Amino acid sequence: MSNFFDKSDLNRNEAETIVSDTLKKCDDGELYLENSKSESILLDDNKIKKSSYNSDLGFGFRAVSGEIVAYSHSNEISKNSLKQSSENLKSTLKSAKGNYDYSIPKSNKKYYTNINPIEEKTLNSKIEILNKVNEYLRKKDNNVKQVTANFSGEQKSVEIIRSGGETLTDVRPLVRFNVSVMLEKNGRKESGVYGIGGRQSYDDYLTNDNWKNVCDEAFRIASVNLDSKPAPAGEMKVVLGPGWPAILIHEAIGHGLEGDFNRKKTSAFHNLMGQKVASEGVTIIDDGTLDNRRGSLTIDDEGTPTEKTVLIENGILKNFMQDRLNARLMKTRSTGSGRRENYRHIVLPRMRNTMMLSGKQTQDEMIKSVDRGIFAVSFGGGQVDITSGKFVFNCTEAYEIINGKIGSPIKGATLIGDGPSILKEVSMVGNDMMLDPGIGTCGKAGQGVPVGVAQPSILINKMTVGGTNL
Amino acid sequence: MVKDQEYLEKKASYCLDLAKKLGATGSSVNVGNSISETVNFRNKKLDESNRSDNLGIDITTFIGKKKSSISSSNLLEDNLNILIEKCIETTKNTPEDEFNSLPDKDLLAQEVKDFNLYDDTHLENDSKAGYLTRLEAAASMDKKIVNTESSFVENKSNFILANSDGFCKGFKSSSFVASSVAVAKDDKSMERDYEYTHKCHFNDIKNAEELGKKAAEHTLRKLSPKKIGSEKITIIFDKRIAKGILSTFASAISASAISRGTSFLKDKINQKIFSDTVNIFDKPDIFKGQASRSFDSEGVRTDTLKLVEQGVLKNYLIDTYSGRKLNLKSNGRCGGTSNLYFENGKISYKDLINSSSKCLYITETIGHGSNIVTGDYSVGATGFLIENGEFKHPINEITIAGNFKDMFQNLTLANDLEFEYSTNSPTMMIEGMVVAGK
Repeated sequence: MSNFFDKSDLNRNEAETIVSDTLKKCDDGELYLENSKSESILLDDNKIKKSSYNSDLGFGFRAVSGEIVAYSHSNEISKNSLKQSSENLKSTLKSAKGNYDYSIPKSNKKYYTNINPIEEKTLNSKIEILNKVNEYLRKKDNNVKQVTANFSGEQKSVEIIRSGGETLTDVRPLVRFNVSVMLEKNGRKESGVYGIGGRQSYDDYLTNDNWKNVCDEAFRIASVNLDSKPAPAGEMKVVLGPGWPAILIHEAIGHGLEGDFNRKKTSAFHNLMGQKVASEGVTIIDDGTLDNRRGSLTIDDEGTPTEKTVLIENGILKNFMQDRLNARLMKTRSTGSGRRENYRHIVLPRMRNTMMLSGKQTQDEMIKSVDRGIFAVSFGGGQVDITSGKFVFNCTEAYEIINGKIGSPIKGATLIGDGPSILKEVSMVGNDMMLDPGIGTCGKAGQGVPVGVAQPSILINKMTVGGTNL
Repeated sequence: MVKDQEYLEKKASYCLDLAKKLGATGSSVNVGNSISETVNFRNKKLDESNRSDNLGIDITTFIGKKKSSISSSNLLEDNLNILIEKCIETTKNTPEDEFNSLPDKDLLAQEVKDFNLYDDTHLENDSKAGYLTRLEAAASMDKKIVNTESSFVENKSNFILANSDGFCKGFKSSSFVASSVAVAKDDKSMERDYEYTHKCHFNDIKNAEELGKKAAEHTLRKLSPKKIGSEKITIIFDKRIAKGILSTFASAISASAISRGTSFLKDKINQKIFSDTVNIFDKPDIFKGQASRSFDSEGVRTDTLKLVEQGVLKNYLIDTYSGRKLNLKSNGRCGGTSNLYFENGKISYKDLINSSSKCLYITETIGHGSNIVTGDYSVGATGFLIENGEFKHPINEITIAGNFKDMFQNLTLANDLEFEYSTNSPTMMIEGMVVAGK
């Protein structure tokens, strides 16, 4: 645990006094202190290209009155700096008047342990694995022309001081191991990427040469793509594989169910609470409480313990994801979804681990039912236009389906759909729900936060596939 | 006030001295401070104010051909001591790489030219709010506009880049950015669009009313879009999308992608990759240019580069490390391009719009659909159907796709270039792309 006042001319009591004094007329707010240490070790082009270490320290001071948020952050944890921030907040909220007194619920549950993954493994042993990865992949096949592999690890300590001196703390480990491989055959180049990670030590992911499985998977994806033909263009049926393809749920539905867009009525879902927004059998939850998952949090960045929030139950819209500000303005409670990338940013309602739960059908049944369509196994990134509801994501591994059978692999194409209607087009939900391998980062308003997704295989009746083959 | 040159120089030289004392054979430091103040409005009312004061230091140490780096936001000496010690320790344990080194001394910039990048004007938050009040009034004139958001950011920054070969330079810069987002609604649809302005000097930004009005216009014309069928078609890219395509081109000619063999433009130097009429410049010495500079992020002097001349690729963007791998000298592009632009084409915007009987005019794309390894391009898009030079109706939920190798050869530029941002393009037409819709 960090002691933020150790080397400062500011002591905890003084900080608490400034916080209470600044926030006394406000609805909400807090002093958020953060100390993060992170490392990145990168092998690329046969060499250790980068070994870097970052230590970041700072505070963000927030005051909220009505709908107005005033925020000030700095790297210097000092009396002067905090006082200046306090003045900034006061000058914005000159006529602040607030009386929100919804206290932070208490919980003793923890969803990860207090470790520093960076220190748990020596630099040399990490470099050794990266070199093995490189050697293993280059030996595996003559077509391997480029290998990139990296470790990144982080330990983030946060402390939240609220008006009245209430203090909440959390220490969050996060690691990621990633392999990317490029193959070249007959002048054609294709790449494949795979990674794993979560809130544990590196060793939890790398026991028994598990790094080889990561290499094999990246290699397999690249090989499939070497034989891919141009993707079709137009509307057709799409079968999504289990696990990571749930990024579709994240983009198409998840963002539209975040509290801020609905309070501001800019989300296509804002007036659909209690209504049917998905086919029967579709249940979607956002869960911050899964042990050691990338999107899990013991407390959110306002101090609220996270929970398992049911967003859509059997097709009916049940809840939005809320931070304290949007919950107060929408007369509901925070779902522990208030997150920020770091102390430089204000809190926004965000997803944690977003999951569609299993149904009854098998993937086989889905494929067999399709005359002409595609089977999408893995994706790169996605994006959504919250207002129009249109969303896209890019296939990194996909196949055509012809007459109920999986055919040739197809080139990376963008799929586009309409968020509010896509879940009504889900006609089968598989019995094979799977979590993603722990690699997702979600971007919103310039802030990236780690997230997880999960889903079973699903059949979507109609989506537009953005290939080049007419 | 942002930290002055003297403070930053002192920190930089402290680090260089300590690294040397601890055994580094070379080192470089970048230390910077930026302060920005933001005011956000929503539906004509104050929504958020944000003051951010960012300090940061990046240190890279070399021991022979070994290299490692650290970064931190905590500039207290205690912390710097711990970090530099850690950096040296890590450097010792990192394997050698023959291409690691500081830049060639004779390539380092000798002077910092004054491009007038700093405007000392400080706007109190009340003045920012005044600007946004006028902006939002203009943005919400039409009844169909149901939501407006806007933002005003004032930023001042300063930095020093120093290395153990005696380089020690930096400069102050400022930026003023205002943006307006409008949401419009009719019975069939809800749409949003935006407009923004970004300048080094306060007096150069667009006026508030104009900005709000533009954002509203952009949004209103998107209402009640239709989906169209899949076909091969000519596409016209609005300037704001065209400049993104230019940025993708720039990432594909970075020496890093070329030397790793992961670019579709590898081995294409001195070959014709664009249609004859295309010329591309990267010009770092534009007066008040948002990306103007005298040196790159390694201290190497930057001169104007003609990247593409009459369709032929003439230069890569080269940094020291990748340059050594390719046996080329750095051309001062570590960290990317400066002010990058397509030279004007020969044809007017109007003639471009009229040049085919049916085409799509694309104003927004979504998704990360540019693959620089293969050149494949496939993104979600919104825009308008144009028939015989006339805007027929808005379209959405389509994708557009092609491969950059073909797209570049079939590219025609209008003559409406403006220097609004750091990367700029005239309106762009590309024939023979595929749209996927119904």
